Amino acid sequence: MSSAPLAEAVPYIIQVRNLRKVYHTGDVEVEALRGVDLSVKRSEFVAVVGPSGSGKSTLFHILGGLAPPTSGEVLIDGVDLRKMDESDRTEMRQRKVGFVFQKYNLLPTLTARDNILLAQSIAGTKTRPPGFDNVLNLLGITNRLDHKPRALSGGEQQRVAIARALVNQPAILLADEPTGNLDTANSNVVLDLLRDLNKRVGQTILMITHNPEAAAFADRIVFMRDGKIVQKGEGEIHGKPL
Amino acid sequence: MINKLVIENLKYRWVRTLGSAMIVGILVASLITLIGLSRGMLEESASRAKGIGADIVLRKDTGATASLQTGQINEKFLKLVRAQPHVAQAVGVLGQTVEIITVMNGVNIPEFAKFSGGFKFLAGGPPVAPDDILVDEPYARQKDLHIGDTVNLVNHNWHLSGIIQSGMLARFVVRLDTLQNLTENTGRLNQIYVKLDDPSRTDAEVDILNKAFAGDLKAMSLPDFLAMFSINSIGPLKIFIKVITVMWVAVGFLVVFLSMYTAVVERTREIGILKALGAKPWMIVDLLMREAILLSIVGWLLGIGLALVATQAIVAIAPASLNVINVPDFWPWAALIALTGAICGAIYPGVKAARHDAIEALSYE
Repeated sequence: MSSAPLAEAVPYIIQVRNLRKVYHTGDVEVEALRGVDLSVKRSEFVAVVGPSGSGKSTLFHILGGLAPPTSGEVLIDGVDLRKMDESDRTEMRQRKVGFVFQKYNLLPTLTARDNILLAQSIAGTKTRPPGFDNVLNLLGITNRLDHKPRALSGGEQQRVAIARALVNQPAILLADEPTGNLDTANSNVVLDLLRDLNKRVGQTILMITHNPEAAAFADRIVFMRDGKIVQKGEGEIHGKPL
Repeated sequence: MINKLVIENLKYRWVRTLGSAMIVGILVASLITLIGLSRGMLEESASRAKGIGADIVLRKDTGATASLQTGQINEKFLKLVRAQPHVAQAVGVLGQTVEIITVMNGVNIPEFAKFSGGFKFLAGGPPVAPDDILVDEPYARQKDLHIGDTVNLVNHNWHLSGIIQSGMLARFVVRLDTLQNLTENTGRLNQIYVKLDDPSRTDAEVDILNKAFAGDLKAMSLPDFLAMFSINSIGPLKIFIKVITVMWVAVGFLVVFLSMYTAVVERTREIGILKALGAKPWMIVDLLMREAILLSIVGWLLGIGLALVATQAIVAIAPASLNVINVPDFWPWAALIALTGAICGAIYPGVKAARHDAIEALSYE
């Protein structure tokens, strides 16, 4: 199938059609994604909800360029992932995608500031992007930047991770269970921040979660089950359409 | 930023960093001390030979260099050498190895005194009785010896008749006939020192002596003789040092390899983070390489410090037995050896880290 029809649909920053992913474990084939179709508009905040094994993490990994698709079409900000090799996907991760993980994944040896600067260094950028100070203010970590992760609370670490993910002005912020390790209060702070970033800065966010309450912070909720996106109209969460 | 990450990584796991650097440092210190000891002993021997004041040295014509074997020259050659034109003086010496590498020399004391200008006595006087011995000041100090003491060397009890200033002939000097009898080398020497009536004729006389005694004696000028007292001139010592060097490179390699390998396993998740941020494989290899290089540089500096301390300690404890010198010209080579081991040791862990699957690495607990 040609990607031309998808490429013409410019408003969509993520376009996925009939995405399949098969893992080989020894002689056993595991079909993690079985024909996923998904489109995300620029500046949209989408939550992907589903139980364990539904394929949402696999989708996260493919959209983030951490794993190649087996078949199907995947366009990220107009770039076709099928045409990318490992090196191209590595470069894509430097600038196009910002990751926020459940376990924060900050380097323990570096301060919060250096964790952010490292992401810039890897991407080859030296100057802080315009407006980034406002993002730091919004995240409320300006006075915690010289601390190492072990001196920060879980919520602070996750906010530093968000700053790190945004420092290279990625087209998409991919968040994998960003509140999975946080208590309710900190979860709400992080989710509020993600929503604020989406509304104020227009940051496109795709958040993977199994928590319906977290998903409710998004503009739109997509439900996955057995490696597929469940069709619209099959249900709703907190009054938002699936 | 990468350099900062390297330094912070090493600081963060400081016990392992210090341990690895110390092992590299001990290897470097051992190598520097070995070279310092080899050179020190050879330089000391050269210095003593130089102190005699000869123009030419004659030895058995075997092609061997700096051999310590005794009894190689028949004493009759001494008379033949003395009979040569332009030979003003000649004196024969018999050497006997004692205490591992230290040499005792037997010499005709009055002849040698005339030849060299005599020993400088700090206490006592020249040997008179057959069992009299001279020792130099460092040895007397190390052993706390005084005139009249008994000194047991070469399974023989000697009577200390004099303590001499170091730097001429040998650490121990006895009568030639006594040493010849004691070592069953009656009528034999192993070196003949020659003084010419005109030192400017040295090169010409070397040629003349070599032709006159071809097959029996090998003549060489004092500078050529002294040049043999170097590691490169002594084949077995050169090979020994090469073997030791290769072994220490291998040990250095293993130390860094194990350290980096452990680091890679421990930091699997961190490597996953770097990959998720877009770090290319070469950057991961580069990161570990820099850590290994920094580790070896720290180890090298520690090694130099340890070697300086070890040299001072050896000189203080055994000034006469082991003459160790500082060898700063060898330090860059020691650095090269440490770096070679470190870089080789970091290659496999680096490649292993670079090949980590980012998703698996991120899920590593």
